Amino acid sequence: MTNALLELIGIGKRFPGVVALDKVSFAISSGEIVALIGENGAGKSTLMKVIGGVYQPDDGEIRVDGKHVAFRNVSDSIASGIGFVHQELNNLDNIDVAGNVYLGREPKSFGFLNIIDRGKMERDTQALLDRLGLNVSPSAPLSTLSIAQQQMVEIAKALSLKARVIIMDEPTSSLTLQEAQRLIEVSKELRDSGVSIIYISHRLGELPGFADRIVALRDGQNAGTLTTEEITHDNMVKLMIGRDIEQFFAEQQDGTGEKRLQVKDLQTARYPQHKVSFDVAAGEIVGMAGLVGAGRTEVSEAVFGVRPALSGDIILDGTPITVSKADDAIKRGLYLVPEDRRHNGLILEMTIRENITLPEIKRFLTGGLINMQKELDVSREYCGKLAVRTPSTEAFAGNLSGGNQQKVVLAKWFALAPKVIIFDEPTRGVDVGAKAEIYTLMRGLAKNGVAVLMISSDMEEVLGVSDRILVMHEGQISGQLGREEYSEEAVMRLAVGGGNSNGASRRN
Amino acid sequence: MAQAAEIKLEPQGRKTDGVIAFFKKKEIGIFLLLALVCIATGIKNPNFWSVVNLQDEARLIGMFGIFSVGVGLVIITSGIDLSLGSLFALEGILLAMALTEHHWPFSAGYWPWPVAAVAVIALCAFLGWIHGILVTRANLQPFIVTLCGLLIYRGLARFIATDSTKGFGDATQFGLLNRLATGTVCHTGPFRFELLTNVPEGMAGVPMPFVLFVITAIIFWVVLHRSVYGRYLYAVGRNEDAARYSGINTKRVITSAYVICSGLAGVSGILFAFYTNSISPSTHGNFYELFGIAAAVLGGCSLRGGEGSIIGICIGAALLQVLQNLVNLLGIDSSLNFAVMGTVILLGVLADQLVAKSKKKE
Repeated sequence: MTNALLELIGIGKRFPGVVALDKVSFAISSGEIVALIGENGAGKSTLMKVIGGVYQPDDGEIRVDGKHVAFRNVSDSIASGIGFVHQELNNLDNIDVAGNVYLGREPKSFGFLNIIDRGKMERDTQALLDRLGLNVSPSAPLSTLSIAQQQMVEIAKALSLKARVIIMDEPTSSLTLQEAQRLIEVSKELRDSGVSIIYISHRLGELPGFADRIVALRDGQNAGTLTTEEITHDNMVKLMIGRDIEQFFAEQQDGTGEKRLQVKDLQTARYPQHKVSFDVAAGEIVGMAGLVGAGRTEVSEAVFGVRPALSGDIILDGTPITVSKADDAIKRGLYLVPEDRRHNGLILEMTIRENITLPEIKRFLTGGLINMQKELDVSREYCGKLAVRTPSTEAFAGNLSGGNQQKVVLAKWFALAPKVIIFDEPTRGVDVGAKAEIYTLMRGLAKNGVAVLMISSDMEEVLGVSDRILVMHEGQISGQLGREEYSEEAVMRLAVGGGNSNGASRRN
Repeated sequence: MAQAAEIKLEPQGRKTDGVIAFFKKKEIGIFLLLALVCIATGIKNPNFWSVVNLQDEARLIGMFGIFSVGVGLVIITSGIDLSLGSLFALEGILLAMALTEHHWPFSAGYWPWPVAAVAVIALCAFLGWIHGILVTRANLQPFIVTLCGLLIYRGLARFIATDSTKGFGDATQFGLLNRLATGTVCHTGPFRFELLTNVPEGMAGVPMPFVLFVITAIIFWVVLHRSVYGRYLYAVGRNEDAARYSGINTKRVITSAYVICSGLAGVSGILFAFYTNSISPSTHGNFYELFGIAAAVLGGCSLRGGEGSIIGICIGAALLQVLQNLVNLLGIDSSLNFAVMGTVILLGVLADQLVAKSKKKE
């Protein structure tokens, strides 16, 4: 490519014992959106860190505007017009929006006094926010912004640095559909104004019609490129894993009809004015869709007892149960795989074994003391059953990839005897291969008579996995869909509050 | 697939698999430091190894070690306890007054010593429970709760004692308690051990506080490293949310750590009271809480919680006392006492940090 804005040729990067990148080439022209796909560990992040100046490549060459450059550090990269919107937001939420955009480069006034020129900072920030269509005040504390808005602030920061290439690392992984849609629109507008975007995503569904070109990496090497017309889900998956996935989603089925979990008139502290009722039968996977903030997580936490309900009945196998703390639910075989696994699901600094045995450590006692051999046996068994990829159960949970971490959370509950499992966003941040494995595991649970409730904001997943879909809107269940009624539009219509399409703009 | 991320796990995974590492790496470092200080002091002044000095050392290590274990548990839950020094004063005053001044509610005489001893330990544990409740239910920061305790208990001690020094006199009525607190376990014949207050010249013996300390350490080693409760302490200290989502009653776990901490302080407090036999309410136990915290930190506890071991804490407690001894024996101006201690802690923690950093780089 002759008119490439940024070009990487034959990049190699080795870490002790690992070849992270092997002769990887990549190019992007101005005003182009290139999506970078690949499984976790394929080298996407490493490649982006090379572009961002975090890592220095061992081999290869980087060219900007056709000229050879070397990024010795992050500042070099920024100076060449590269902006990085990180997966984990690097904002300071105790400072206001303008302060974040200009962090470290505050406009100064009053000479040697170095007083921050707030007026200029806020005016400039306002201009950027207008360009991105973000309706917040530059003086608003960042903590009052939603995740999506904070991300826009990151983009504003990149633009204020005169970035010509913006790297977005999984920007939509924690956004709702609407927010993701908005981000995509903004990205397209930026492209039309000449900014190039490197877009890393696991949500393959959003790439057709958005990306101009797709570059896939596999095991640290170039796995192929797709042009605009070639971008389809199947093609992308094939490039990422190097083969066809025969069955991504396990076959859907109907429940056995026996109601395992019944929830009646549940009131949560977040939406005390609404009562939620639903049931899940043994052997079925019920999907729970809705926008972020619709109250789905609150319902799951009330049923699991970590944030007890204000009122309402929870009935398990026909018997009403009282759940005032997580232990009440766990004792009865009702488990939650929480949304935020790094924070709520796992103790990252503990070993896999310790995490798996934590909920019912009392089963591993011999003479009142913990029997490590028993722990090892059980944790090894379940690491095997769930195909957790780790050299040992003594590895720290924090060192695993997202998919493997999620499997450890599952192993925690599989090792007990589950009757009901609630999954809250089960595959967020999990790569494609592990996703398919988790879906298979969920289906396996259902086949064994477990009632599965799956909360998900991933439309593909909701439609592909659920046997029945419940949709929540602002604390209420706004509707239910049977398999014959499945469509993205039907789910969205209910998610924004029934047939009222204006509802969409109410929350952002 | 995804090989890159997994290969990196290897070093951490292999080593401890199935093997119980008695001394973790962190503890070896501080143990070597302790050994080094002992040897250096011994070379400079051979009196360090004399029976009398070692017995004195052991006595101090015992008294400080017992409550340091409790402080360590609290620190593992990512809490802290600043109140103990004042608690020692309050407890000592109450104990002395119950044993030598007050009849009520006993008509026949002063408080029987077993009742008085149990009562003051129970009172300490109760105050610890209040700390725990304030931390877990009222969501106050441990630092603030126990800082207030530090101020309140000191004030109460001075008020109750009307600022006058209390003691136990010749301690005849409660001789056994006195012996339990200050005596020495001596080997007086084949398979004969006796608990004596006045050790005859030339007879070797182990001071009672050290014996109690060893018992405490063994019990809490099992509790922390082998029991469910210990596992929960680490879990809660590292990630309270995840522990709660795993069905652990995190509030109860944290509260109980404060109860244990203050309860063990209650035991240490009795030993301190009899050791000095003159409890001045405004100075007794000043700064002692910091010895506990320092011992725990030196022993590898992280103030962020979820890290630390009993062996480490014990070695830490011992090191602090040996350092004080070093100041005495080497003829260093005793006013430099704290400065020496502070410097060694700083160097220890710094070295630990550097080692951790270089390990990460590998």
